[in-house]
Amino acid sequence: VRLKGQGKRCKRSEGLEIRFILIQNRAGKTRLAKWYMQFDDDEKQKLIEEVHAVVTVRDAKHTNFVEFRNFKIIYRRYAGLYFCICVDVNDNNLAYLEAIHNFVVLNEYFHNVCELDLVFNFYKVYTVVDEMFLAGEIRETSQTKVLKQLLMLQSLE
Amino acid sequence: RTEIAEYRANRSVVPRCAVPCPARPGADTTAIMPAVSKGDGMRGLAVFISDIRNCKSKEAEIKRINKELANIRSKFKGDKALDGYSKKKYVCKLLFIFLLGHDIDFGHMEAVNLLSSNKYTEKQIGYLFISVLVNSNSELIRLINNAIKNDLASRNPTFMCLALHCIANVGSREMGEAFAADIPRILVAGDSMDSVKQSAALCLLRLYKASPDLVPMGEWTARVVHLLNDQHMGVVTAAVSLITCLCKKNPDDFKTCISLAVSRLSRIVSSASTDLQDYTYYFVPAPWLSVKLLRLLQCYPPPEDAAVKGRLVECLETVLNKAQEPPKSKKVQHSNAKNAILFETISLIIHYDSEPNLLVRACNQLGQFLQHRETNLRYLALESMCTLASSEFSHEAVKTHIDTVINALKTERDVSVRQRAADLLYAMCDRSNAKQIVSEMLRYLETADYAIREEIVLKVAILAEKYAVDYSWYVDTILNLIRIAGDYVSEEVWYRVLQIVTNRDDVQGYAAKTVFEALQAPACHENMVKVGGYILGEFGNLIAGDPRSSPPVQFSLLHSKFHLCSVATRALLLSTYIKFINLFPETKATIQGVLRAGSQLRNADVELQQRAVEYLTLSSVASTDVLATVLEEMPPFPERESSILAKLKRKKGPGAASALDDGRRDPSSNDINGGVEPTPSTVSTPSPSADLLGLRAAPPPAAPPASAGAGNLLVDVFDGPAAQPSLGPTPEEAFLRFVCKNNGVLFENQLLQIGVKSEFRQNLGRMYLFYGNKTSVQFQNFSPTVVHPGDLQTHILSGLGHPAPRQLSSPRGSPQTQVDGGAQVQQVLNIECLRDFLTPPLLSLPVTINKFFQPTEMAAQDFFQRWKQLSLPQQEAQKIFKANHPMDAEVTKAKLLGFGSALLDNVDPNPENFVGAGIIQTKALQVGCLLRLEPNAQAQMYRLTLRTSKEPVSRHLCELLAQQF
Repeated sequence: VRLKGQGKRCKRSEGLEIRFILIQNRAGKTRLAKWYMQFDDDEKQKLIEEVHAVVTVRDAKHTNFVEFRNFKIIYRRYAGLYFCICVDVNDNNLAYLEAIHNFVVLNEYFHNVCELDLVFNFYKVYTVVDEMFLAGEIRETSQTKVLKQLLMLQSLE
Repeated sequence: RTEIAEYRANRSVVPRCAVPCPARPGADTTAIMPAVSKGDGMRGLAVFISDIRNCKSKEAEIKRINKELANIRSKFKGDKALDGYSKKKYVCKLLFIFLLGHDIDFGHMEAVNLLSSNKYTEKQIGYLFISVLVNSNSELIRLINNAIKNDLASRNPTFMCLALHCIANVGSREMGEAFAADIPRILVAGDSMDSVKQSAALCLLRLYKASPDLVPMGEWTARVVHLLNDQHMGVVTAAVSLITCLCKKNPDDFKTCISLAVSRLSRIVSSASTDLQDYTYYFVPAPWLSVKLLRLLQCYPPPEDAAVKGRLVECLETVLNKAQEPPKSKKVQHSNAKNAILFETISLIIHYDSEPNLLVRACNQLGQFLQHRETNLRYLALESMCTLASSEFSHEAVKTHIDTVINALKTERDVSVRQRAADLLYAMCDRSNAKQIVSEMLRYLETADYAIREEIVLKVAILAEKYAVDYSWYVDTILNLIRIAGDYVSEEVWYRVLQIVTNRDDVQGYAAKTVFEALQAPACHENMVKVGGYILGEFGNLIAGDPRSSPPVQFSLLHSKFHLCSVATRALLLSTYIKFINLFPETKATIQGVLRAGSQLRNADVELQQRAVEYLTLSSVASTDVLATVLEEMPPFPERESSILAKLKRKKGPGAASALDDGRRDPSSNDINGGVEPTPSTVSTPSPSADLLGLRAAPPPAAPPASAGAGNLLVDVFDGPAAQPSLGPTPEEAFLRFVCKNNGVLFENQLLQIGVKSEFRQNLGRMYLFYGNKTSVQFQNFSPTVVHPGDLQTHILSGLGHPAPRQLSSPRGSPQTQVDGGAQVQQVLNIECLRDFLTPPLLSLPVTINKFFQPTEMAAQDFFQRWKQLSLPQQEAQKIFKANHPMDAEVTKAKLLGFGSALLDNVDPNPENFVGAGIIQTKALQVGCLLRLEPNAQAQMYRLTLRTSKEPVSRHLCELLAQQF
């Protein structure tokens, strides 16, 4: 059975808050790509490259926001990783900037996380994201609650 | 391995300060791979990933992957049944390979099998594979849906969440069809766990967005709204997103959410910094929930209930107050969270746009941020102030920050911040500060980033045009634009300056002088040559008196640029040259020489060759008179939407454009670009306050022109000796006919016929008068004079004659004094109704007050309410009169519509009666009018009742209209 990768159609669903979440390293390697809008595979690759290009040229004196096509990217850099969230231009920048910071749960979850943890445990990172964001919306904002849930899931076989 | 060791040395992707974390035991061991936690260690997967990472080349990687794919395929096809663990591991490897960018064409069935495992880790990998790789497939979707159905029914919250997340991630229509009915049930069920409710709310949101028709509304609406009261903040957070989405489509059904949202918000905002425990983020109580609630409220107008509104205003004030308190933490997370709420609060205040006090406070707060050391805050403050600038309550407050904003434009390091500063300067610009802002933007343009130059150019061009008080400043500004950023000055911009110069003769001489000087720069931009060529070709004669810019000097200056220009510019210059031959006969020989040159006559470019040949022949063959006619000065341009504004709108996305052009509409300001709809032009309005472009607030194009009538325009044509017994209807009769129509013959006798065509919109009108000479001899000293009362202002747009000699296009429109026998000449008048006017003229242009009627549709209820409001005796005028014409309902309807009012059906209980409504638009005021006409067929009588807010208007309209039936 040949199944297509998610969505050859590029349908625009209006009003989704988050369009996608990307975690990339400085070299542009994707450590997580979570899409909340349907893009075809080529389009995804293009977006990944474009985001890398606009984000990595910026320094600490720049804002954490970049206009991006008809959207904007809210991003934050932790060591060598860029955490990027693409949202509508009129969304609340600071709320998403701090939503990114909630990813510090990864730190606790992986005991002092490093980039390699995300590579080797890529399938768990999806679980973390689904706890925090769902359907393009912020699902859970309490780090304590997210972590408790993750540890509970970790204990299951 | 080195790479891994390096990573190990540089651990900590996330700053440690964020979460206190114990030192990792054994962190200094030289492990090849990160230790996997117990329970789900897939050693094979880790080895595979490690191998891939160690591949030195793309080829090696592909080789390794192919080897793995072959291995997995054989395992899946093998005779031995795989256990759950192996299946999970191989499916996970396939997923990894897919995520590396390789196609995967098998393994789906194994993934689906994992869904029915009762082990969480196996189920999770199955669902993940489905979510990432499977969109919809007829064969598998049934199996997948079946597994999801089982998990949803399992009462195991972990499995339920996995299933819900899968639906939310895939969101296909098939899944919607299968589960749209179940999810609301799970969401509002009393025994659902909190985490399940959170997931169910967002899952439903996803399905609703993908296929709203599948999601049943109604029965559970009220219970969903009540989730706003849920004890669990996470449930509320998810529910607010769902409700916000639902209420955008069904605002009335979800109205009850307003008061619930306000009280929830109020509880959060007033709680102490640690009250909310897990939901306190760096001493800020529930920042995301607050933001979401504030966004939900932006779906609605301000609450109607006074108590709710009071509570909300209190919340908003509390947020603004808290912004002034000293921070509870120095961490950026604290201030970001706090300010996220603050900015959303300001958005809501701007959305309401009804609380001047809050708007000004918001502006002051943003003003503080303009100088904050955090770039983010400066950026957001500039952005937010842009919308504040468009509120009449805060516009002035925003303007006080002009110096800071200009400084930001000059000194900010981040181009996006400078861009916001430019946006804000554009938004805060008005007549009082236009010169300063335009000059700062011009200065910025010299060093601006290439990416935003064109936009800055457009903005400068628009502001210069919009707020030009003297047009020499406008011309200077545009020429500066071309000088500084010629490459970014689009056609729209330089076309525009030509239009404006052509349409205003008071600036033509200045423009000619200025371009002449600009062209003397050794390297001037080609756009300057275009503008210069055009303007000198039209108005070079205005500076020809000065020997320094004598015709030969002008010509040789232009021609010195000729050879370096593109074909399009050279074509334009050739037209300039032929115009010179008309303007300056002394240049004829030189120019003919140029045209005759082989490089022109035999130019490889067809356009240039054709122009050269035609112009040369024209100049040799045509008489001076013919030349003068053919090469006459261009007539004024008709006014359309400013092409520059249109371009700016196209450039920016729809969202951004609205921020720019939805700017404050100050009715008293003379926005040159005020109207974007097509409007009749006021091209050569002479008064200094006049508009150049659109007419103040332009009317919707659909507004039907009102009917005709007599106002206070006197045309003195009948006083002179030419007056003869008239042939047609008496002037009074003719005049009356125009009350309800706009076009026709106004006057006719043996000598002269005067025809009228007119159109009216809001308080403006344009009238074309056609004077036909019915005799075979020339009229000498023909001089129609328009005399009008002060309440009506007219501008004679073009003089008589078509084609008219050039002096006639002067704004005063001194008309052509000769009309040849049998010829017709035309005169155009622009009319503006300053306030209501009554005086019926002796013999007049058919401009009556009802011409400025704008029809208004309203429901019966509104009509009666307004009718009652206008119940003072002096507001009503009534007339009972005998019918002069057959009483035909259709004719009556047509007349009332022609009169300009809207006809309202189903208002009057008696269907025989007519009820109408409209607004008279004048510059000074608007007069609402209601009318009722009751025919009595038996008695052949009518009763007409007019109610307006102004007594004389009621009476006058009543008089005018009563004569029509």
